[in-house]
Amino acid sequence: MAVIDHDAELARAGANVNGWFGSLVFFCRRYPLGAIGAAVVIVFVLTALFADYITAFDPTRTDPRASLARPGDVHLLGADFMGRDMFSRIVYGARISLAVGLGSTFLGCFFGVIIGLTSGYFGGWYDLIVQRLIDIMQALPLLVMALVMAASLGPSLENTIIAISIPIIPHVARVIRSNTLSLREMPFVEAAKAIGMSEWRIAFQHVLPNTLAPLIVLGTAQLGSAILTEAALSFLGLGIPEPHPSWGRMLSESAAEYVRTAPWLVVFPGVAISLAVFGTNLLGDAIRDILDPRQRI
Amino acid sequence: MAAPQPLVANRAARPETPPERVLEVENLQTYFYSRSGLVKAVDGVSLWLRRGETLAIVGESGCGKSVTALSLMRLVADPPGRIVGGSVRLDGVDLLGLDETAMRQIRGNHISMIFQEPMTSLNPVMTIGRQIREAIILHQQISHRAATARAVEMLALVGIPEPAQRVKEFPHQLSGGMRQRAMIAMALACNPKVLIADEPTSALDVTIQAQILELMAKLQRELGTAMILITHDLGVVAETAERVIVMYAGRKVEEAGVDDLFARPMHPYTRGLMNSIPRLALMRREAGPAVERLQEIPGIVPALTNLPQACTFAPRCALATDKCRGQYPPYEQKLPDHWAACWHSDKLEGAADA
Amino acid sequence: MPDSVPPVLEVSGLSKHFPVRKGLLRRTVGHVYAVDEVSFSIGTGETLGLVGESGCGKTTVGRTILRLIEPTAGSIRLDGLDVTHLGRAELRPFRRQMQIIFQDPFSSLNPRKRAGDIVGEPLKVHGLKTRDERRQAVEDLFERVGLRRAQMDNFPHQFSGGQRQRIGVARALALNPKLIIGDEPVSALDVSIQAQVINLLMDLQRELKLSYLFISHNLAVVEHISHRIAVMYLGRIVEHTDKVTLFTRPLHPYTEALLAAVPVPDPRIKRTKRVVQGDVPSPLNPPPGCRFHTRCPIAVARCRQEVPALREVETGHHVACHLR
Repeated sequence: MAVIDHDAELARAGANVNGWFGSLVFFCRRYPLGAIGAAVVIVFVLTALFADYITAFDPTRTDPRASLARPGDVHLLGADFMGRDMFSRIVYGARISLAVGLGSTFLGCFFGVIIGLTSGYFGGWYDLIVQRLIDIMQALPLLVMALVMAASLGPSLENTIIAISIPIIPHVARVIRSNTLSLREMPFVEAAKAIGMSEWRIAFQHVLPNTLAPLIVLGTAQLGSAILTEAALSFLGLGIPEPHPSWGRMLSESAAEYVRTAPWLVVFPGVAISLAVFGTNLLGDAIRDILDPRQRI
Repeated sequence: MAAPQPLVANRAARPETPPERVLEVENLQTYFYSRSGLVKAVDGVSLWLRRGETLAIVGESGCGKSVTALSLMRLVADPPGRIVGGSVRLDGVDLLGLDETAMRQIRGNHISMIFQEPMTSLNPVMTIGRQIREAIILHQQISHRAATARAVEMLALVGIPEPAQRVKEFPHQLSGGMRQRAMIAMALACNPKVLIADEPTSALDVTIQAQILELMAKLQRELGTAMILITHDLGVVAETAERVIVMYAGRKVEEAGVDDLFARPMHPYTRGLMNSIPRLALMRREAGPAVERLQEIPGIVPALTNLPQACTFAPRCALATDKCRGQYPPYEQKLPDHWAACWHSDKLEGAADA
Repeated sequence: MPDSVPPVLEVSGLSKHFPVRKGLLRRTVGHVYAVDEVSFSIGTGETLGLVGESGCGKTTVGRTILRLIEPTAGSIRLDGLDVTHLGRAELRPFRRQMQIIFQDPFSSLNPRKRAGDIVGEPLKVHGLKTRDERRQAVEDLFERVGLRRAQMDNFPHQFSGGQRQRIGVARALALNPKLIIGDEPVSALDVSIQAQVINLLMDLQRELKLSYLFISHNLAVVEHISHRIAVMYLGRIVEHTDKVTLFTRPLHPYTEALLAAVPVPDPRIKRTKRVVQGDVPSPLNPPPGCRFHTRCPIAVARCRQEVPALREVETGHHVACHLR
């Protein structure tokens, strides 16, 4: 039998990992893609937070003399047809994307959890009706809904957040409901009933905390999807209006006309969107693998 | 009341000259590499099995008995586990030295295994007949029709009524006892030399358990299969085993013939186990005062990632001395055909509760 | 025991039928008689062992007594008071008198709560003590079941199986109940840990005069811990008597079959073993007449037609068999 190096095997399994730095290094080695995703997301968040400090220009300031300037010393990533600095617009666009992404994901998860939890726990007619409503919500095309909202309420940041949160709700509700259905049968829930706890208290104090683990994975996945959806809506003119810079709208303003003459107007927003979504997806996958109980020993 | 039935001896009568050994395991070591460290799940276990014999491996959770069984079949998940040492000779061939293709021809064919949960061990979307046929066709060059006939034969052999009908049914259509019989049929379809049964009756009702144990004894007699029975139930051991190995924290602590083990346990853990089970004194019409309190073994099993150099049972042992806390006792012969790893086996003599 | 003191628990004609629904419109095509006309009583400081194999209904009996499942018929009396039909609010104070210990130490504790909170929750729900009093009470309970106070802040996954079961026992004791229903409380534990928990339960019974309904399929454990035993088969009690009589002079053929099947940990004993054949019939389709007749070695024609009633054939010994 071949001689086995126990220490090498143990190191691969992550034994004797001490301190937060050691854990960090282990995480990067074991889940390299997740580490990349995490790095991208961190850069994204920092960019959004410190936008004021890293940009030289106001993203909404127009400067006709700089119109269609090439990327160079003054305008790092060039300027658009109105002379607005592309770098600043990308950076502030991160802020918008993050706000919309987080806002709609949070809103969607909040209502999705409440609906899924009550539907799964209390069952009966309530569950039947709610499930059909959820089906309807899922059937509505997002774009049609966004169009109606934009037409009736006017396009705005808040309306975009609400519009994007709506398709998230049924998705989250389904997952939470199925977790709740299995948790409901567990002995510790029966124990709570035997003590005389009210059903509502049991639902929120015992069942809810145990359904949240998959939500972390779901949340990160939805974040990427929300960012992409915002880009799509803004591209179609239904999302974020002027003067907020949005990557999607930047694409729609310039794609057709300038793709050959000023490609930097198209490439940089496109890359930004791709990276943000890619990063959140990688991170979400890695988190799911980490939390998977079968991977643990 | 009808006259009592003749004795059903669940153990095969010992032949005059003991048959040769069909399985010899030497110093088996299986380790797991985990985030919490190195888990020495099986640490230097040796055992042997004669043709047609039943060897029981007894222990509680975490003692390594199931990992031993999986190691013999080379079914240990890698990662995180790895067989790091020892040899497993089946009729002279070292299974640990074979490549996976060769090993696959041995599994199910010369050495088989049955598990505790018949519902999850059988594929719910395949008929019973197909699953048994699969086992047969994998190892024998016979036609589909012949394999089906053999499957029906096996079902009849394991006592399933209307086997020709059952062969087309799915696992969920059978009861728990029937499923376990079907699993036994699958395992014995190719007439293996060794059958490993990992807690085969623990999930079954007690009347069904009795039927399955009786069936396994009968099949062993008819087919000459040697069996390794893994269990935590000393009652099952007493009724079916000829020899017994007691495991604790990955190692053997005692080994003897079944009568000797129960009459004079040589390791405090074995004796502790025997004293901690309720005695069925009333049913056995035992004289003497009723036992008020079961004798406890205090404490819990040590973590396998941090085993000391000392005797692993010392923290829980009433007879432990400094010698025990300093050095692991050697595994040696205490009586004819009776081995144990304890510094103070002599203190147990005469104190055993027979 | 004086006649005027009512038993801690008295169950009379308890039945639970589950409807079987089939088809698109979910029409009821039949019933599963999971529990059928079960009656027994338990006195102070007494343990009734409820034994049987899968499908016999013993677990359902336990759940129904606690009103975790609603009974279809029959009555449940606690200390003489009828609690069968009380609404949730009225039932609440009675819940303090009867508690339950579950089989699986892993899933009977909420993995996200600390052990001390789990044990203190019953007190919190019933608003019985102030926060400090609760903490003190939980500390006392921990000590009583053999755990250390320092472990109160740990989560369930940090404990071993036996320790988790002790937490379950502490939780059951928190409200000072008179009756504890143990639903296979030691079946999932290792043998050496079983002994610890069994001893603990018996010590507590002596100290606190607790009554137990001990549900189990393990006859050896039941023999050790019970005073009286009831044997169930497919929803009905087939034999009900005190411990000594059941194990030395059983009358029902099923009880005999059970006793014959239990493996004895002594290789010297070679008993005449009459292994009963056949499987436990499905509760969806129980045999007519005596439910055991399909596997009974002494069944006659009458057994196939007429359901035997549970009769007292000698003092304190009830059997449901035409021939005994």
